[in-house]
Amino acid sequence: MSNPTRMPDLNQDGLTIPPGTRLHKLPWIGLGLGLAGMAGSAFLAQGHMQEFLYAWLVAFLFFLSIALGGLFFVLVLFATKAGWGVSVRRLAEHAMATLPIFALLFLPIAWGAGQIFSWWEGPGDDALLALKEPYLNSGFFLARAATYFIVWSAIALWFASRSARQDISGEHRITRRLQAASGPCLILYAFTVTFASIDWIMALDPHWYSTMFGIYFFSGCLVGIFAFLVLAVGLLQEAGYVKQVIHKGHYHTLGMLLFAFMVFWAYIAFSQYFLIWYANIPEETIWYLHRLHGTWSNLSLILAVGHFGIPFFFLMPRAIKENPRLLMAGAAWMLLMHLADIYWLVMPNLYDHGPHFGLLDVAALASVGGIFMGAFGWSLRRHALIPVKDPRLPESLQPDHA
Amino acid sequence: MASPSPQLPSSGEYGVLGEFDSPRSLYSACSRVRDAGYSRWDAHTPFPIHGLERAMGLQESPLAWLVLALALAGATSAMVLQWWVSTQGYALVISGKPFFSWQAFVPVTFEIGILGGALGAVFGMLAFNKLPMWHHPLFSSQRFQRVTDDGFFISIEAWDPKFDVEGSQEFLRELGATHVEVVLR
Repeated sequence: MSNPTRMPDLNQDGLTIPPGTRLHKLPWIGLGLGLAGMAGSAFLAQGHMQEFLYAWLVAFLFFLSIALGGLFFVLVLFATKAGWGVSVRRLAEHAMATLPIFALLFLPIAWGAGQIFSWWEGPGDDALLALKEPYLNSGFFLARAATYFIVWSAIALWFASRSARQDISGEHRITRRLQAASGPCLILYAFTVTFASIDWIMALDPHWYSTMFGIYFFSGCLVGIFAFLVLAVGLLQEAGYVKQVIHKGHYHTLGMLLFAFMVFWAYIAFSQYFLIWYANIPEETIWYLHRLHGTWSNLSLILAVGHFGIPFFFLMPRAIKENPRLLMAGAAWMLLMHLADIYWLVMPNLYDHGPHFGLLDVAALASVGGIFMGAFGWSLRRHALIPVKDPRLPESLQPDHA
Repeated sequence: MASPSPQLPSSGEYGVLGEFDSPRSLYSACSRVRDAGYSRWDAHTPFPIHGLERAMGLQESPLAWLVLALALAGATSAMVLQWWVSTQGYALVISGKPFFSWQAFVPVTFEIGILGGALGAVFGMLAFNKLPMWHHPLFSSQRFQRVTDDGFFISIEAWDPKFDVEGSQEFLRELGATHVEVVLR
């Protein structure tokens, strides 16, 4: 145990991405993939505009959930004054720094909202929609979306830029200010993420409502970010970066958090299902009826087993969480299941009888994923891979987070 | 001539006790006791020290398996009990739902699973630690009382194959012990 208050003499090798390396080209690779995906989407969307818009919504929500998970993780690390997570925090900062880009990626949804949301043109003669009109109307919907993006971008960019500034100055004052701001920001986060999930997922089926839907989407965001961080850390280390500053203990803790939020997701998912099943009120149960109809029931079962049952036992042993390769395999699986979960939330509103995963979905995922990856990579190479002068970094470097 | 008391199974020492002045010095001393090949020894601290189990080279506790087994047993028996009551023993129609409505049984199954695991963790921990134990030879050491306050100790027990009263005391001093004593049975 070295002195946990002394700043370590860090070997700068592997803490920044030098020009000319493959990782330095990540922004261009991501941009290329994104543009190719958009070209493919534009081609495939001919005559299938509604299918394209739904596929885009799935891809948008999937990558947005990772960025939002990153925002929460960074805020919580500051709110709890956590030492262990400092050396993985920067990667979450890069993930959340992509949030402003999602305002652009939202444009197709705003443009095609009339083909996604049945209430867009007005309630018609639907009495329930007439009652909900003060909330579910196009003007307020767009105003809310703008608010979410402004709040998320402001918090994310402010935290990311302060953290990057500390890399140079090493001022402790920055850490104290971010700590003080993290609590109020978490409250803003809770409201915006809850209402965003209501607007962009729950409102697809405007008769249906669930009071715990916000937390359901939130639990998926957290599964997404921890799976993403495990993969990001693992791939960076395999490429020769951050070897000395991220160790077995970080994998173990990230694995525990992935496990915890996977179980939390299952807890929320079952609770939502259980209450609706028990109460048996038609406008609530119809949502589950759609998802147990046709081959959708297979996907529901796959989620129960693949998003909870199998990973519950796979991620439980400490030996697996401390083995980077095995934990990365588990994280990749959880990302796949998280995508299946988003698909399961959105797509039954378009396809009645079962999933139709096709080229349009692949093209949309490539578009949004490519842009997300490009923005992440661009942010990644601008700063060191860890907060090199964070006052709690020495604590994080301890082999046992002592 | 008084004969040896039968309450003292082996005359002589229980072991040697070394006191260290900080968690850090205890931590590094533990890793060297481990590397020296001692097997019957222990570390005593007022609070948990992260990673000490690795510095001591402790094997993984079997407790997790007991917890898993009891949790699964609890969950299974809860589900079976509810199945039996609802379909065999006292079948009632509730809210027009099927007799075997597994959804309704999940909360109880979950809770009894947690109960089984928790009982296994508490009582398994006590059993593996041989607790409750009303007395321990180390309690005869005056200095050892500080283990609940600010004292950090390593004890090497006499039945360790590598134990040697003089040699083990010398060894603890080499590791930085501020005080070393022999503890009698």
